[in-house]
Amino acid sequence: MARHPESPDEIYAREEEPDEGWRRPPPVEGASLRAVVGEWSRKNLFSSIPNTILTVLCAWLLWETLLPLTQWGLLDAVWQTDDSAVCRAAEHGACWAFIANKYRFILFGLFPYDEQWRPLVAIALFVAALAVSCVPSFWRPWLVVLWLGVMVACGVLMWGGVFGLRFVENGRWGGLPLTLILAVVGIVCSFPLAIALALGRRSNLPAVRAICVGFIEFVRGVPLISVLFMASVMFPLFLPEGFTIDKLLRAQVGIILFTAAYLAEAVRGGLQAVPRGQSEAADALGLSYWRKTGLVILPQALKTSIPAIVNQFISMFKDTSLVIIIGLFDLLSTAKAALSDPPWRPFYVEAYLFAALIYWIFCFFMSRYSQFIERRFETGHRRS
Amino acid sequence: MGAGATGSGKAGPPRRAAGPAAGAWWNDRRVRAVFYQILVIGGVLLLVWFLVANTLDNLNQRNIATGFGFLHREAGFDISERLIDYTPADTYLRALVVGLLNTMLVSVLGVILATILGTIVGIARLSRNWLVAKVASFYVEIVRNIPVLLQLFFWYSMITEALPSPRQALNPLPGVFFSNRGMRFPVPEADPAWTYVAVAFLVGVGATWVFARWARAYQNRTGRIPPTLSVALGLILGLPLITYLAAGAPTAMNMPELRGFNFSGGTTVTPEFTALLLGLVVYTASYIAEIVRGGILAVSHGQTEAGLALGLHRGAVLRLIVLPQALRVIIPPLTSQYLNLTKNSSLAVAIGFPDLVSAANTTINQTGQAVEGIAIIMAIYLTVSLSISAVMNWYNRRIALQGAR
Repeated sequence: MARHPESPDEIYAREEEPDEGWRRPPPVEGASLRAVVGEWSRKNLFSSIPNTILTVLCAWLLWETLLPLTQWGLLDAVWQTDDSAVCRAAEHGACWAFIANKYRFILFGLFPYDEQWRPLVAIALFVAALAVSCVPSFWRPWLVVLWLGVMVACGVLMWGGVFGLRFVENGRWGGLPLTLILAVVGIVCSFPLAIALALGRRSNLPAVRAICVGFIEFVRGVPLISVLFMASVMFPLFLPEGFTIDKLLRAQVGIILFTAAYLAEAVRGGLQAVPRGQSEAADALGLSYWRKTGLVILPQALKTSIPAIVNQFISMFKDTSLVIIIGLFDLLSTAKAALSDPPWRPFYVEAYLFAALIYWIFCFFMSRYSQFIERRFETGHRRS
Repeated sequence: MGAGATGSGKAGPPRRAAGPAAGAWWNDRRVRAVFYQILVIGGVLLLVWFLVANTLDNLNQRNIATGFGFLHREAGFDISERLIDYTPADTYLRALVVGLLNTMLVSVLGVILATILGTIVGIARLSRNWLVAKVASFYVEIVRNIPVLLQLFFWYSMITEALPSPRQALNPLPGVFFSNRGMRFPVPEADPAWTYVAVAFLVGVGATWVFARWARAYQNRTGRIPPTLSVALGLILGLPLITYLAAGAPTAMNMPELRGFNFSGGTTVTPEFTALLLGLVVYTASYIAEIVRGGILAVSHGQTEAGLALGLHRGAVLRLIVLPQALRVIIPPLTSQYLNLTKNSSLAVAIGFPDLVSAANTTINQTGQAVEGIAIIMAIYLTVSLSISAVMNWYNRRIALQGAR
């Protein structure tokens, strides 16, 4: 029998089809809800004895965990109070009042309280720019201009000092804006470096290739934390006497170098997926290396590597939380710092859940987006 | 552009990929290639020289010694958890070795546990049982999208704040105590019998390996399947048991007891270690689950159907047909997850588990020799990463399709 090459999706679609489909009676018109539910649960929950045992076990576990969790998080929770004693009195309930009291600090850190609309607008700008960049038909040169504009606007908003805005040095930045800045600036700046590294890794020039492979494999072999340590303690030694850069910039450079190595591998995967004929055709047309790369190879390669790039962005977004270890004040640090207020110390679960929720929302939507792009571009470029 | 037309007339036999041939020598591709490479190498060397010169200058000005001589000085700081003997009077070198062993312990245990949990969750996500599949995918979607450091903080807080103090320690089994100082459980008193049992266990494992090889050859020759499982169980469990009984079956246990504010006796697993292991395993397992799921989906459904048609039951189909094929897809990404787990174990420094980075960090703070300290961390992680890659590549080649490249 001829076997057809199948994509995972097709296999999945077949997997969901019940094997005993032919034995099932045809659906009755206007079957009662009970019959439908009964049929469904027989098929999906109680199809065999081991399956029934699994279902019961699972349901029992869910019952045992979800019930106390709802009790704790919703029914017994304290929602609004300025007095932590009220929260401590409600022993078996969550203290969401802690979040209500501290959310400005967790979100914006030590940014001057009256000026916190500025980081808020900056976050909104970043998120809007990210949303716009997600639409494939907007991938035009003006998007680069838009991003530059957004960066400048955010810089103005965060630093101030012009247009009558008070100057805020970046030591006082913190919370979500800092996390977003580290992640977005990290990805934007590491992207050109990553492309250069990926091209260099596939170059015909042995010296260039060796340097690129060396850098990529070295960075990928060490933990981010050691790169951040290096950035925080060794960068000052690297620079000439009397020349200093601040902690935020140092961490940012570390993150950029680290991300570039991983991103280069994502781009390399895309480069490898471009059929050899494309490069040969460009050679036959007499295009120079740079025109061939810029006009023929890279557009195709980047398109295929978008899901990998987005995944890299997600992991970098999560990894920015590591800057807490070198003393920067990102979202995770502010959540932890909010707990150091003695009356509110016991409510660490609420603090971590709040920070986790913010991280989760960003990462979840990005991962959904990566899946969407993967499906959208799965047109004809896969070899069957 | 257009240069090709002028060049081709004089070039004699047309050469492939010679570009605008026979122009001036600087148009020769090979000359250009050499030139570009010299340029790149020169640039990199210049950068390195600039950085090294600056670093040496700065170190001189701050009167920081260079070199690894500090490794043999007295460390002076204590390490709470250690696999080998260590006191503050030992050298920095020994402190780093203690840290490295802790890192290895967490990594090895983490890799084993995360593989088990990840495989279970990955298979559960494909289960025909709706509830099981949904629970598994909720787990994956939630855990994957939260930074691992946040999860570590969470588990650490849960263990140190939610568990009672030693005086009110939970006591689920006699001799086992859970408190915010960690888990205490009894260990057998030292007795030569335990050494013999360990040796017997190793002998059992070795004998099982030999037997499995013979069993496969026997099955290939005759088609009959020897009772591998029961023989293996007999060798691995039975042999140590017989040794234990023969050595006099010592039953003396070192029981933990509450003395004052803490326990003494028994052995303890600290909250830091538990939190680190738990956080790394839970986080990495969510990635491994996706890898396992992808690997199983990549095996054509026809294979499953063919297996069922041969009369194998579902478990046997999964074990004998689907998993071996899925492994080929699974191994490469699994390798990078193992590497990630090993590298993420360096987050131990954030919750105070004395791993390599933590020991090196203390060393840097005490001696001021940041360059050497960070070089040591990086060199060790590079070695570990490259070794794991090498082992996994070797395994990947072993299970690759015969004849495929």
